[in-house]
This record gives sequence, structure tokens and C-alpha cells, in this order.
Amino acid sequence: MPRTFTPKVVTANALLEGDAVWLTEATTWTRDIREAELLTDEAHADLRLLEAQSQAHLIAGAYLADASKTPDGPAPTHFREAFRTRGPSNYAHGKQVDL
Amino acid sequence: MYTYTDFDEAFVRARVAQFRAQVDRRIDGSLTEDEFKPLRLMNGLYLQLHAYMLRVAVPYGTLNPDQMRQLAYIADRWDKGYGHFTTRQNIQYNWPKLGDVPDMLDALADVGMHAIQTSGNTIRNVTADHFAGAAADEIEDPRAIAELLRQWSTDHPEFQFLPRKFKIAVTGAAHDRAVTKAHDIGLRMVRNDAGEPGFEVIVGGGLGRTPMVGKVLRAFLPKADLLPYCEAIVSVYNLLGRRDNKYKARIKITVHENGLEKIQELVEARFEEIRSGFTGFDQSLLAEIENAFAPPAFVTKSTDGYEAARLANPAFRSWSDTNLATHKADGYAIVSISIKKHGATPGDATSDQMRVMADLAETYGHGELRISHEQNVILPHVHQSDLPAVYAALRTADLATANIGLASDIIACPGMDYCALATARSIPVAQEIATRFDELKIEHEIGQLKIKISGCINACGHHHVGHIGILGLDRAGVENYQITLGGDGTETTTIGERAGPGFSAEEIVPAIERLVTGYLSLRHDADETFLQAYRRLGMEPFKAILYPREDKANAA
Repeated sequence: MPRTFTPKVVTANALLEGDAVWLTEATTWTRDIREAELLTDEAHADLRLLEAQSQAHLIAGAYLADASKTPDGPAPTHFREAFRTRGPSNYAHGKQVDL
Repeated sequence: MYTYTDFDEAFVRARVAQFRAQVDRRIDGSLTEDEFKPLRLMNGLYLQLHAYMLRVAVPYGTLNPDQMRQLAYIADRWDKGYGHFTTRQNIQYNWPKLGDVPDMLDALADVGMHAIQTSGNTIRNVTADHFAGAAADEIEDPRAIAELLRQWSTDHPEFQFLPRKFKIAVTGAAHDRAVTKAHDIGLRMVRNDAGEPGFEVIVGGGLGRTPMVGKVLRAFLPKADLLPYCEAIVSVYNLLGRRDNKYKARIKITVHENGLEKIQELVEARFEEIRSGFTGFDQSLLAEIENAFAPPAFVTKSTDGYEAARLANPAFRSWSDTNLATHKADGYAIVSISIKKHGATPGDATSDQMRVMADLAETYGHGELRISHEQNVILPHVHQSDLPAVYAALRTADLATANIGLASDIIACPGMDYCALATARSIPVAQEIATRFDELKIEHEIGQLKIKISGCINACGHHHVGHIGILGLDRAGVENYQITLGGDGTETTTIGERAGPGFSAEEIVPAIERLVTGYLSLRHDADETFLQAYRRLGMEPFKAILYPREDKANAA
């Protein structure tokens, strides 16, 4: 049986700064996952990933990451993706202070 | 110390100029990420979880004060005011911006440093005993050989596309502080029956997902044959090593699958073939390099002040008991500066701390600094009479933690706080263990104990050779930590054994505390270390401590 598709966001690293960014509905990149487009349809998600990958002048290493729907917008479901929204745990560096 | 020749300087500058143009072409869109990635990796630039990371080579862990000050300057100018010293004696910057990296590389070239071959399937930075040139138990300073290997391996046309990365470590001492048996090639200086120095050549060691202890390929190799022999080994591996499967591509697998005997035959045959091509130029070059590593002019002066300071100041006495090692010159000591303050990130030094260490090396240390694979900084040549002043300066800079070789002197990889490959975090576990043992005030009572933590199976944190190893994994979307026991990274290298099921992030620190306090009641006496007790008693009593019976009954 094929696996059920779980909701996703398109994420990547910004080309110049290298930090985590997410794809919005307007096909722009945001540093706040809550502003990302939540993809609930597999075919649409694959298409959006291709569109993201075509923006090589802005980002590197685009991929689909699991996310869930919350009242504030998409939220990460795996701890790795959660760390990418915040930054490291040993210093107040990265998005936890920059955003 | 070795200083760049015009050739070295021109080569490194040319590489920076090339990379600057490549970065420009990536930013203006002429290069895709797929095209750019191998180019940036050749120059030590990774893309991690939150930012780029630049890995700078510290050849055989040796720095002079100007180089250390430049590392501090780079940290302030283009990063967040600190650097991370790694288990391969390198330094990593965690926050560079892509457009700044060529300037960072130019700043490194200003002091004879670079980031070439700190990534990719090439011969990586050659590591060495961090006490080289100072250790009392040394035959010869191994750094001349390490520098010769650096020059030979840098941009070696035959070895730019090896099946996988290739790591060489070298030691001149009987006690192995360079983990030579866990390297692709390990070189241990030994003497033959005639008393001449040469090398025991060890091949096929490594940690990672298939940990293996290196095997002796040649019991004695004359010093003069070192370069052609190493070239023969890498050459055989280059053809024979597997390229079909990344996880079976390291030379340890090549040796394992083909057998040591076949590798020996092939290497000896290749050695015979290429040996005559080395017409002696390498030996005259080596002689020049050896001159550059001539010992400093050691002085003779009274050590009365040192003894008096030890009597007068218990904190200094504790630090000097723990952080000093025996020097080969009378009246001298080797100082290990702990970059492992309780609760701090193992291996991280601020730019201010780097400058203090550089100044101390200049004033009291014959201008030498070393980075150890245990992520500390060494002042290899300090006269005992200067130790009170060195200690006072270290204290002011928050660098006087007296814990070298103890429970809180933990190796930890960056883990999932930074690394894109990690499966769990390592740094917070190290921070919490160190903080806990500091609260308990028992680490001096515990004695020698090596705890090593990796945040994934690739084992940058050397967990397999920790007396206590901790491996962070992702188990069904949750961080989980496996414990291995009885590992050893010295001349008696042993791969640790897995103790049993893993522990959650909340359980791991209490489990380590239980294990270590349990050892205190298992040991014969205060002289029996954790590792010795483990070797005498085996896994069972330690397992019983880690997994108390009532828990098992509940789980069943």
C-alpha cells in the first residue's frame, strides 16, 4: 500500500547567508516557517519543489520537510526541522534572536 | 616552526583567487549548486543547518602566536567572535556568509594558513601528537614528517578523487596520543634493532559506521622510504577501493575485504615500482623541514618560585597536578589549557581567549601553540618558573579549568546544533554531564576518564574509543543516546562495546552519573581507573548499574 502523504513545506538554505528559509505561496522565500505554504497534496508538493529548485540564484539544497497545520501557520514536526527554525541550543545565535 | 616558502604562498594565493571567482559565479547564477558544491568543499566550505561552515586546517595541530591572533581576528570580523576546535586539530567557523569567505581565506593566507583539503575525497589535514617536540617519551618530533606529508598530499594530482576521504596521523612517541590506530594510515615512530628511527605503518583503522582497529602493514619502515611507501598505499587504495558504495569505500573496508596479505603484496609491488622515482629530493626537502622544527633554545633557571606557588595556592596546585605533562627538557612543563570549562561548549574559544593564549605562547612558551584532538589548546614549552604567571593569566581569561583527562574533559562533535549530518545533539549532553560532575565535586576522585560523544554514526566525537562513549541517534523522531564502554584510543586501541538499549535525552545524564558513581564502588582502589576496572570486570557489573533489575522486570 502506498504511504499516506503527510503535509509538507518546501525548505532550503539561503544562498548568501546559508540559513534556513521556507517557500511561500507567492513563491518567495521567508525566514519564518509560519509564513510558508503548507502542501497537503503530493503532486502539488512535487511541483512546488521543482519550482523552488529552479531558484538556484537564491537558495541551495531545497527539499520537502514534514510540517503540521497550526493556528499560527505551518509548524515543524521533527526535532531537526524545529532546530532549523530556532538555531543552536548552546548560544543565543540564529533565528531565535535574529527574527 | 615551518614557514611558507614563496611556492607555498603563491599556491595558496592562486587558490584563493580561483575560489573568489567561483563564488562570484555562484552568486551571479552562472554556477548551479551542483556545480559549485565540489568547488566549495575543496576549499573547506560546508553548508550546515543554520549557516555555512568554514573548516580551516591547522596542520599537525601547530600554530604560532600570529596565526592564533589571526584566527581571533577572523572570528571577530566575519563570524560571531569565537571558533570551534575540532577532533581533527582543525578550527571551524560556524557563521560565515558566502560572499565573505574569499576574504577569510585571504586573511588566512596572510599568516600561512588555508582550508584546502579539509573536505572531499582527498588526503585530509595530517594530524600529529599534540605534545610533539616536547614529550619526554618521544623518539623524534614527528611534525617534520607531517609537514613533508602535507606538502606531498596537497593538490597531489593522483589523489584528488579518491574513493573516499583519507586521514593520516603520525606520532613520534611510545604513548599514542594521536589515535594512530583509528586512521587510514597511522605512523608510529619506532627504532629497529640497529637503533635507527623508522616507522611502524598501520593501515585500515577508522571509526564511523564500521569501526576498525588499524593493522600493521609494515613493522619497520626506514624513514627515508616514507613518502614512496605512503604513495604506494594510497595508489593501491585509489585503484582497489570501492566506488560503488559510499559506506564501503574507506580503506578499512578495502583491507578487510581483500585481506592484509594481499594489500601488503600490492603495496610492496607498487612501492618497488615507484621508489626509484623519488630521487632524493624528498630527503633534502625533509632535511630543510627538520631544521625548521629544531627545538627552541631551552633555558636553565631556578624552579623555586614554582614550588613555592604550589605550596601557597591550592587552586594552582590542583591545576598544575591536572593540566601539566612531563617535558623532555629539565625545568620545563607541557601546559594543557582546558577549553572545557564546566557547562561550556567543548572546543569553543572566544577571540579574546585566543589572543590571551597567543600572548602567553609568545611571552612564556617559545612562540608555540598546539590544538589537541581532544579539543584543548597546548602550550608545549613553558618553564616551570613561569607557570604561576601563566596560570594567573589563564584564570583572568576563564581558561584555568583544572580538568584535563577527567570526566568533564569531554570530546563532543557539533552534533545537531550545527551539523547537517547529525541525528541528535551532542553539545548539550556534554554541557550537562560536565555541569553535573562539577556540582558533585567528584571528578578528581573519579580520576582519568574519557567520555566522548558523537551526534551520529560517523563518529567525529570518537565515541568508539571513549572509556564511555555516547552516540546520539534519531529513534522514531526522538533523540536517543546509546552508551558504549571500554573503548580506548591509545597504543592499546579498543573499540567500545555497546552496553544495551539507548537512553532518552532526559535519561542520559543520570545514566552516566549512575555508571560513574557505580564504578567508584567497583574499583579495587583509587589507582584503578574506570578503563582498568572495566577490563578486569567486563560488561556485566556496569550493565547492572545502567539497567537496574526492577526496570527490566517492569519492561518485561
